[in-house]
Amino acid sequence: MMYYSRLRMASVIGVCLVGLALCLPNFIRQPSPSLPWRQIHLGLDLRGGSYLLLQVDMASVAADRLHALQDETRQTLLKAGLGYRNLATGPRGVTFTPRTPDETQPDLKALRAMPMNAPGEFRVEESEGGQVAITLSPDAARQRAYDAVTQSIEIVRRRIDATGAIDPEITRQGEDRIIVELPGISDPERVKNLLGTTAKMTFHLVADSAIGSAVPPAGVEMLPMSDGQGTLPVFSHVDVDGADLTNASASIDQEGGEWAVNFTFDSTGAQEFGDVTRANVGKRFAIVLDNKVIEAPVIRTAITGGNGQITGGFSAQQATDIALLLRAGALPAPLNVIEQRSIGPSLGADSIRAGGYSLAAGFVLVIAFMALFYGRFGWYANIALLANLVLMTAILSLFEATLTLPGMAGMLLTLGMAVDANILINERIREEVARGRSALQAMQAGFERATATIVDSNATALLAHVMLFVFGTGPVRGFALTITIGIVTTLFTTLLLSRMLMVRWYARTRPSTLPV
Amino acid sequence: MMFDRPLLRFVPRGTKINFMRGRFIGLATSAVLSIASLILFFHPGLTLGLDFRGGIVVEARTQGPADFNVIRAALAAQHVSAAGVQSFGGPDDVLIRLDTPPDSEPDHEARTQAMVDSVRHAIATLPGAQVLRADAVGASVSKELFRNGMLALGISLLMILAYIWFRFEWEFAVSAVVTLVLDLTKAIGFLVITHFEFDLVMVAAILTILGYSTNDKVVVYDRVRENLRKYRTMPLAELIDLSINETLSRTLGTSCTVFLAALPLALFGGASLSGFAWVMLFGIVVGTSSSIFIAAPLLLLMGEKRLRRDARPPARS
Repeated sequence: MMYYSRLRMASVIGVCLVGLALCLPNFIRQPSPSLPWRQIHLGLDLRGGSYLLLQVDMASVAADRLHALQDETRQTLLKAGLGYRNLATGPRGVTFTPRTPDETQPDLKALRAMPMNAPGEFRVEESEGGQVAITLSPDAARQRAYDAVTQSIEIVRRRIDATGAIDPEITRQGEDRIIVELPGISDPERVKNLLGTTAKMTFHLVADSAIGSAVPPAGVEMLPMSDGQGTLPVFSHVDVDGADLTNASASIDQEGGEWAVNFTFDSTGAQEFGDVTRANVGKRFAIVLDNKVIEAPVIRTAITGGNGQITGGFSAQQATDIALLLRAGALPAPLNVIEQRSIGPSLGADSIRAGGYSLAAGFVLVIAFMALFYGRFGWYANIALLANLVLMTAILSLFEATLTLPGMAGMLLTLGMAVDANILINERIREEVARGRSALQAMQAGFERATATIVDSNATALLAHVMLFVFGTGPVRGFALTITIGIVTTLFTTLLLSRMLMVRWYARTRPSTLPV
Repeated sequence: MMFDRPLLRFVPRGTKINFMRGRFIGLATSAVLSIASLILFFHPGLTLGLDFRGGIVVEARTQGPADFNVIRAALAAQHVSAAGVQSFGGPDDVLIRLDTPPDSEPDHEARTQAMVDSVRHAIATLPGAQVLRADAVGASVSKELFRNGMLALGISLLMILAYIWFRFEWEFAVSAVVTLVLDLTKAIGFLVITHFEFDLVMVAAILTILGYSTNDKVVVYDRVRENLRKYRTMPLAELIDLSINETLSRTLGTSCTVFLAALPLALFGGASLSGFAWVMLFGIVVGTSSSIFIAAPLLLLMGEKRLRRDARPPARS
């Protein structure tokens, strides 16, 4: 208890020095790019910026697949020359009644040959009442939902990168959520609009025969015009998909003088586009963006080059954003912003100042208290306190942790609590001295008895804050993290460092009475 | 050397205050305060913060002292009606609150977001005004945050119970947790009276004071346990009194340092942290006094027979 070997002293001092070195990157510029340079990041509440929590619309992921499955079923049956009645989509699949019971077997055969997105994605079987049911497997649905979020994250990243945002952080949260953190962007309106657009572009033939009919026939949908003026009946079947684009850009149309979006298909898209336009010269071809018809020009000649242009009365910003969205690709499902927090740069600077002053003032008050009430041993506790601050900063830097305003509060409270261990030891030594023990015995008893209490009291605090870290969100996690780290560094600085200082002092001076 | 000896002493050496004599007064005061807090909790109730209530809060700084009528007019021009426009901090800072559409309506999330943008546009029309902060929390998220916050509180209490149970006898664990629950109700009463908003940061503050309070009780209980072994025949009331007196200067010393550390935060921490810090300060006072006046008497009530009987040395034949 009262002896520190050279090795033990060297390691305690070594840890403190390593801590000091790890703090440096926060205060000086990186001298050479080859050096590992880890530092604390400032949270959005301190540096200003925006936090968006997005939710992927999972219902629409499922609905899209069902819709496509129904479309494929119809196409497959038509191609095979088979008839159907009561084609309907349920929550888990598509059902229909074969034209005659004899056709059931050929139906099953044809439908089982349909391409699947994943092995075992759906089953085709005869259900009760002579119906044929195509049922999607729940496993495949789950996988599709997971993939949809992964793909959404990728597209969100591409879109945000295209806006030129600096250091954006995009992370998955839970099953169907995405966190987007944008440092420095305190007004996220444009980003929100870009992320709130699915940007799914498809090309459909216009069902001219259905114009004016109240209820569209099977396989035809009424879609609203993007300018809000009326609706247009188009065939549900997607002739060409905008996913096959390779490039898109905004420019001023040379003839009309208005803003237009130019796009280029890849070889598959160009082939399909050429085929459809060749077969349908003279008919109208609707360009649909997010279920709204942007325009529906008449096909004059076959378009084989794979290039196209959309003019829909866009403003310059709209045309630029649509081009950006088409380049980045469509989202597999709509995204909803369900939480938004944005902090302006001036408020962040105010917070840093307020937090910094409070931290400094609290530190000085605690140091003064310890010096006044505990004398020499109080100063040893203060040295340990300073080391504690250094080590906390070091660990936060090592993890490249994010420092938030509540995190700063956590550091301050840790400093207040850290001296508790020293107070426990000192008070115990006082008691032992009062009982008439010798200096050596009193110190030994003080360390020994206080250690169990220190470990017990810190363990309970640790439990509470680990819980807070696990269940907390956002800035609260920062608070819990700094306190958790603080408890660990406190155990080190009080149980090893300040005790070492006291023991060394005793070994040096061999006092007969203690300054307590 | 001037730094060698302590200049001041907190508690005189060897106090012999008879705390247990006042145990019923302590328990009764605590009960009254906690019941009053519970009444306040139900009426008028906590002021829920944005995290738990959902809604929109925009803080803006205007050029010169804020004119609420001008701000209301600017908002009306953007077709949003504020549930509240009030000043906070300085005279040129305003806080605008909006209620979000209920989550039963379709598109409520999109409409909430559109409302934030409208408020921004409205502030942009005021010369020299800037948005300091704009937060919007949808109804579904706020419910979830509330659930997680309460879960963190509940599980922490259970973990503390389990830990103390594991380290001490069950009388200690139960009296500690009962005391913590009483502390918790008083903190809630304090929040209701002061109108500090109850949000995630406040949950963090409450968890911290619970942690601090437990810490304090563990120190006293530790000493009680030590003395139970040391003085095998001393009556429990006397023994608890002795333990409290022995640990008194530590209890007060630590409360003081934590109090001093949190005080600057309450005074200069700015709007977002001062509420947190005031709750901390309140919690330190409550946590420290409850160790002496609640946790110890409870231990006495529960353990009067059991703890002494167990501690009695086996009879020698």
